[in-house]
Amino acid sequence: MRIRLLSTMAAVVGLTLGAVAGSATAADPIKVGAIVSATGPASFLGDPEKKVLELYADRINQAGGVAGRPVQLTVYDDGGAADKAASFTKRLIESDKVDVIVGGTTTATTMAAAPLVERGEVPFISLAGAVVIVEPVKKWVFKTPHTDRMAAEKVMDDLKKRGLTKLALVSEDSGFGKSGREQTLAVAKERGIELVADETYGAKDTDVTAQLTKIRNNPAAQAVLVFGLGQGPAVVTKNYRQLVINLPLYQSHGVASKEYIRLAGGAAEGVRLPAAGLVVASQLPDSDPQKKVVVEFTKVYEEAFSVEVSTFAGHAYDGLMIALDAVKRAGGTDKAKLRDAIEQTKGYVGTGGTVTMSAKDHMGLTLDAFHMVEVKQGDWTLAK
Amino acid sequence: MLAELLQYLLSGLTIGAIYALAGLGFSIIYNASHVINFAQGEFIMIGGMASATLTASGVPLPLAILIGCGGAMLVGVAVAKFAVERARKASTVTLIIITIGASIFLRGVAELVWGKDFKRLDAFSGETPIQLFGASLQPQSLWVMGCAGVLIVAIGLFFNKTLTGKAMLATSHNRLAAQLVGIDVKRVVLASFALSAALGAVGGAVVAPITFSYTEMGIMLGLKGFTAAVLGGLGHGPGAVAGGLIVGVAEALGAGYLSSAYKDAVAFVIILAVLLFMPNGLFGKRGTERV
Repeated sequence: MRIRLLSTMAAVVGLTLGAVAGSATAADPIKVGAIVSATGPASFLGDPEKKVLELYADRINQAGGVAGRPVQLTVYDDGGAADKAASFTKRLIESDKVDVIVGGTTTATTMAAAPLVERGEVPFISLAGAVVIVEPVKKWVFKTPHTDRMAAEKVMDDLKKRGLTKLALVSEDSGFGKSGREQTLAVAKERGIELVADETYGAKDTDVTAQLTKIRNNPAAQAVLVFGLGQGPAVVTKNYRQLVINLPLYQSHGVASKEYIRLAGGAAEGVRLPAAGLVVASQLPDSDPQKKVVVEFTKVYEEAFSVEVSTFAGHAYDGLMIALDAVKRAGGTDKAKLRDAIEQTKGYVGTGGTVTMSAKDHMGLTLDAFHMVEVKQGDWTLAK
Repeated sequence: MLAELLQYLLSGLTIGAIYALAGLGFSIIYNASHVINFAQGEFIMIGGMASATLTASGVPLPLAILIGCGGAMLVGVAVAKFAVERARKASTVTLIIITIGASIFLRGVAELVWGKDFKRLDAFSGETPIQLFGASLQPQSLWVMGCAGVLIVAIGLFFNKTLTGKAMLATSHNRLAAQLVGIDVKRVVLASFALSAALGAVGGAVVAPITFSYTEMGIMLGLKGFTAAVLGGLGHGPGAVAGGLIVGVAEALGAGYLSSAYKDAVAFVIILAVLLFMPNGLFGKRGTERV
């Protein structure tokens, strides 16, 4: 009893102090917390995210910070584990007392952190893909990347444009692939596309010819869509060419990095996928509002790290920028005001597209944010 | 229908050939030292990673494979000398755990040396598929099966025709007697690790163009190799080869006709069934004498 009373008092004192500190001086840092999967199986997503957050926090501070306040970044690496993501989120909220959290590299880590930020009432901008993060809307949770549902929609639209109605689906046995599969099934029904095959493969499989042979022998299939991340889709692509399947091959936005083309080599030629403007930065028409942003981001990133920019890096950039933009508009870091300001983000042009959020939409991207790209001569080109 | 079956068989035999090499590696070490070496998969990884990274930096492919092979042999000898030999008097379970520890250590070192990303190795002779009765085959599959075949025959000759090979066989039959007739048993153990490492490394190099190489590629390949060795009867060389091919084909057929979701499960169902119903495997009879 006594202890509880004491801790309540401590909490009250802490809160008051926090509130006082929050409104005290203009030079107080803006505390941005981040949980990313910089190591572990999702490191190819989390590592660029971490680099970008650190790079841009530095750059902003050198340019004098935001509204005269420096950005203080605290990054934790959850190694791709949901339980670690949860405990780091707790630490960010309770001991680091951050104003806003960017991160949650994967859907799993994001969903582990979500209930904690809801309870702790801290604005949280996720960098993960699945639609479940923002549907149904959670008061304090936002996200920057496109959803798997949008990817499915974009692919189906392209199919329709080409007059194809029968799709074979190959999805990965992973969180991303499973969610993608569900969304594909739902979207196909809405758009009148018939799914004639529904195959899966393991994330670490080295041979998918058995599944693809079934599709090859299915006379109804008119196109194939692969939903996966990492090396799996590259294996599928190689096996696809090996079996000489001549149907159009689609991939999801999960492979929108040069790594995919490098791994699949010549087999990737002619593959189509929905991707953010970032991967085709220099090919965007000058009239595209995104052009300036993505070209600039690509330049900064590639100069700093001497590796090719990835869309995942872009998600982190967007997350940080949306948060800091909201700090400016909210006139400080009061969490409730900051949350409202993030929700009111309007016409922010980032690497993922133009973001206009609302109380009902905590991602704010439309289908226009996706470009259908095709692999030609080992590079992405805008598909017609 | 037939083309479909043939396609599954070809996929199964390709990956089965690698399982066979890994299984053979398990058997050779088991014979010489009664240790089940769970770092076998890491030898495969070293071969794959070394050949992929070296060719990427301009080393000709055969030389790259040789270097990878040599590197893996050194690592194999080091594992034997510094991890297994030092615990010579420990129980078998302890020794097995030591090799698991060694495999985790090797993966960690590999991650530091080569990084976490996937490496690509070009196919040895192009990627134009070969059509065969309606099934199609990557030229690299022929390389995999061919290399595995040559290595398996070579190992057979080594054990039956050379003095060193015979000494190793003798050690596996009766360690004490072998020691009494003047065979340096410690060196036999070292040689068995080096030999298994070389087999694994070549396997890793030829399979890398199909699977890509990365630091964790050895985990699954090693486990499947172990399944192959157990299925064939631990310590039985030709048995391990047959076991590898059976596991590979069963997997491909399972993925094709049942569901791709159960692909990996097939191998582990096989190992459970073997351990329950015929613990000596398909060919191993000597196992009973040893206990």
